[in-house]
Amino acid sequence: MELCTMCLGELRKALDNKEASSKEITAAFLKRIRGFNPELNALVTVTEEEALAAAGEADTRLARGNGVTPLTGIPVAVADNICTQGVRTTCSSRMLEDFIPPYDATIVSRLKQAGAVLIGKTNLDEFAAGTSTEYSRFGPARNPWDVNRTPGGAGGAAAAVAAGLAPLAVGSDTGGSLRRAAAFCGITGIKPAYGRVSRYGLAALGSSLEQAGPLARRVDDAAALYRVIAGPDPYDTTCLPTPVEDLDRLEEGIDGLKIGIPREYFTGAELLPEMKNLLLSTVKSLEEMGVRTVEVSLPSTRYALAAHILLAAAEGGSNLARYDGVRYGYRSPETKDIFSLYTKTRQEGFGDEVKRRIITGTLVLSTECYNDYYLRAQKIRTLVIKDFSKAFSGCDLILAPVNSGLPPKVGEKRSNPLDMYLEEYFTVAANLTGIPALSVPGGLVDGLPAGVQLMGPAGAERTLLRVARRLETVAGELLIPARKK
Amino acid sequence: MAYETVIGLEVHVELKTAAKVFCGCDARFGAEANTRTCPGCLGFPGSLPVLNKQAVNFTIMAGLALHCRIAPFSRFHRKQYFYPDLPGAYQISQYDLPLCEKGRLEIVTPEGKRTIGINRIHLEEEAGRTYHSGSGPEGYSLLDHNRSGLGLIEIVSEPDLRSPAEARTYLEKLQTILQYIEVSDCKMEEGSFRCDANISLRPVGGKDFGRRVELKNLNSFKAIQAALEYEEGRQSALLDAGTPLEREESRAWDETRGSTVFMRPKEKAGDYRYFPDPDLVPVVVDDGWVEKVRQSLPELPEIKRERYIKEYGLPLYDADVLSSSRPTAEFFEAVVKAYGGDVKVVSNWVMVELARLLNMEKMELPAAKITPESLAGLLKMVDEGTISGKIAKTVFTEMFYSGKKPRQIVEEKGLVQISDKDLITAVVQKVIAGNPDSVADYRGGKTKALGFLVGQVMKETRGRANPAMANTLLREELDK
Repeated sequence: MELCTMCLGELRKALDNKEASSKEITAAFLKRIRGFNPELNALVTVTEEEALAAAGEADTRLARGNGVTPLTGIPVAVADNICTQGVRTTCSSRMLEDFIPPYDATIVSRLKQAGAVLIGKTNLDEFAAGTSTEYSRFGPARNPWDVNRTPGGAGGAAAAVAAGLAPLAVGSDTGGSLRRAAAFCGITGIKPAYGRVSRYGLAALGSSLEQAGPLARRVDDAAALYRVIAGPDPYDTTCLPTPVEDLDRLEEGIDGLKIGIPREYFTGAELLPEMKNLLLSTVKSLEEMGVRTVEVSLPSTRYALAAHILLAAAEGGSNLARYDGVRYGYRSPETKDIFSLYTKTRQEGFGDEVKRRIITGTLVLSTECYNDYYLRAQKIRTLVIKDFSKAFSGCDLILAPVNSGLPPKVGEKRSNPLDMYLEEYFTVAANLTGIPALSVPGGLVDGLPAGVQLMGPAGAERTLLRVARRLETVAGELLIPARKK
Repeated sequence: MAYETVIGLEVHVELKTAAKVFCGCDARFGAEANTRTCPGCLGFPGSLPVLNKQAVNFTIMAGLALHCRIAPFSRFHRKQYFYPDLPGAYQISQYDLPLCEKGRLEIVTPEGKRTIGINRIHLEEEAGRTYHSGSGPEGYSLLDHNRSGLGLIEIVSEPDLRSPAEARTYLEKLQTILQYIEVSDCKMEEGSFRCDANISLRPVGGKDFGRRVELKNLNSFKAIQAALEYEEGRQSALLDAGTPLEREESRAWDETRGSTVFMRPKEKAGDYRYFPDPDLVPVVVDDGWVEKVRQSLPELPEIKRERYIKEYGLPLYDADVLSSSRPTAEFFEAVVKAYGGDVKVVSNWVMVELARLLNMEKMELPAAKITPESLAGLLKMVDEGTISGKIAKTVFTEMFYSGKKPRQIVEEKGLVQISDKDLITAVVQKVIAGNPDSVADYRGGKTKALGFLVGQVMKETRGRANPAMANTLLREELDK
């Protein structure tokens, strides 16, 4: 049996029926990583020893039969901006190239508690500031569907899952990175509602915007991973104190649901015609399943991206100020006083995009600009929240594009940073409003994966997953063409 | 030209909470460097602040003790600047919505009572400590982050103070109140009570404020008063010379030179780029919460003072001294209760004898071995006539150092007062027989000789004779 092609359910069965051990499964994935990661550059660190040790412990747990969870013995890859105790966490930056956290992020400790096997840390844009992993210190990750193309912002994690280097992964989403990467790689990615997954241990960029979430080839797998990492955490004040909503009976029918189609996302938006067609045919499939569609309007869409850029820069710049070479991380070797220590360390430790964010953020929060930029962006944010609230009063969820077109070629968009920001046009609203959103495979365009975005009001996670499950039957499981597999 | 001095004070007070304000690290003073830290107070990637409720309660307590309005809705802002002792490169503080506002503090000056306005009290976190060593290429700096993240309240007064002496009184009163409600040790020498002062001058009767100077590096109440007096003089001279201050500035007090020194212009303070901290939620304090905190407050010094005057008939000065520190007040009240006699006697013993010994040994009351019950017992023994007032002082000193009970000491040392008429008469007769010259002097009209003879009786009885009785009996014998 080809373990690396199995989804979570099949791996679980194999483990429970003792057809394979966690050690065997983990070894299989490690072998595949050795074979394909050099080209894909999806993983920055492979925790071979730790993974096999954890797999051994999982096997013991399984043998005893106590404390077995859906994730026990299953390898999981975690994005490199999420702290793992004793394991290098670089945030794909020179600043933290040799940084070894003394503690686990809550996400990681929950995975460990469930008996999951941490198999490695995945590549991303430096400090998650970017849309393609091209800003990574370690070079871009590659899209397994076409290695000349990028896999999106949470690219390492998505590429790893799509290429069968790990069955599950956790990545972060500040403006759409996770959803867009899932779409570009033909898998499912969920950005939980803000406050559903603890941010403790996630190196902060956009504190009020971001969430970490699951990446998997099947909706059910993503849901299983979500159940483990989500929930109240006293270490994160912005984490909702209420328990995670019930996610049972996801196979329930979806007929009778009303899905909103936002006008502003389809007309006037720079959608590739083939992409638009794929989305419209997805809508048709849903209608055939008994879903009703209704047009909704989100007038604030034309300002949402600008507001997001400013807020992400303001918060990001502030959150990045702690990297100064004083207590941990990179420190420039030749400095003569505190001023040169600060300036040289940050000049050498950070890449261009991070520097752009910091400078932008500093400007946005300066006394002269605060009212015009930061305050105004927050007001636009309120308008976006109101737009969605109004829309949801007339529908159960919203269907939208994730990306405007095909995964860009490596190097294609680097000449103009603004072009990169524009790629998040369809995804920033969910970060601004904090609503749950996911990307599920919709099909192929020119032989490359395209995703469908579903967004719902707070508490609609179950509805989103039910519809996503139906949609994945329409597209079928997108398997990478034979030569890559 | 006569000028009016205008002073405003900003006081930072470290809260005596068990843990730091945004993480669970132990907040107590004096541990080995960098042993009370965690990813939170060190600004590690992914760390998040979690608000310490006790710190909020302490802030509300301070607000209530200073008659502030407690904000029903307040929040935290990031105050951003770079300095090595600030781990996150921002200090979590409060900006437009502080926890407490619009309070007041009453002080007693030689001219009478004055009310000083309190503009605001807000909650924020401390930075670490830096220790500089050497300079130039050989120099280095060490950082201790035990203090990073400690809870701090900033108390900003209105510019209502009108003299350096008033400023000092305000600070002393503020310290008393905060120590009273036990939110802080308020020790300047430990850094738990720090003050920056703002001072400006204007013509008497003027309505606008003059250009102000901010004074820093004020390490004691004495220094604060001296710095303000110096600055008063300096600014007055400048105004007289027709060269008023051109801009607001910060000056440091130089203890050795006895003068203030220019530090930097106030405009260069730097843009802190305040914005609401997205990692924390707003603080909502309802009436119930405020009421609960109010119930937990002890009787405040001003109330106590008035009560001592009314209930015990003590003069203002005595009432003020006895109510000025909580341990003193509580000790005093306990003695009064246990003794049940003349309150003025108690007040005297506490303010004179006890204070003297505490001062001499440089001790604070809680450390003293004397209990209110034992002092009450001592006073009762004096009332009973078991010992004289003079002997009582000796016993008291022994009680202070040994912690023994008065009756035990009196017995051990055989200090019981002699009030046996026959015994004393016998001693009196012996003394008269042994001092013919003094007796002759007395009988000759020198009444002073009586004192000498009484002294001899006391000497014979090793101080134990009842002095009044000795006096009376001596006179009787002499007049025979």
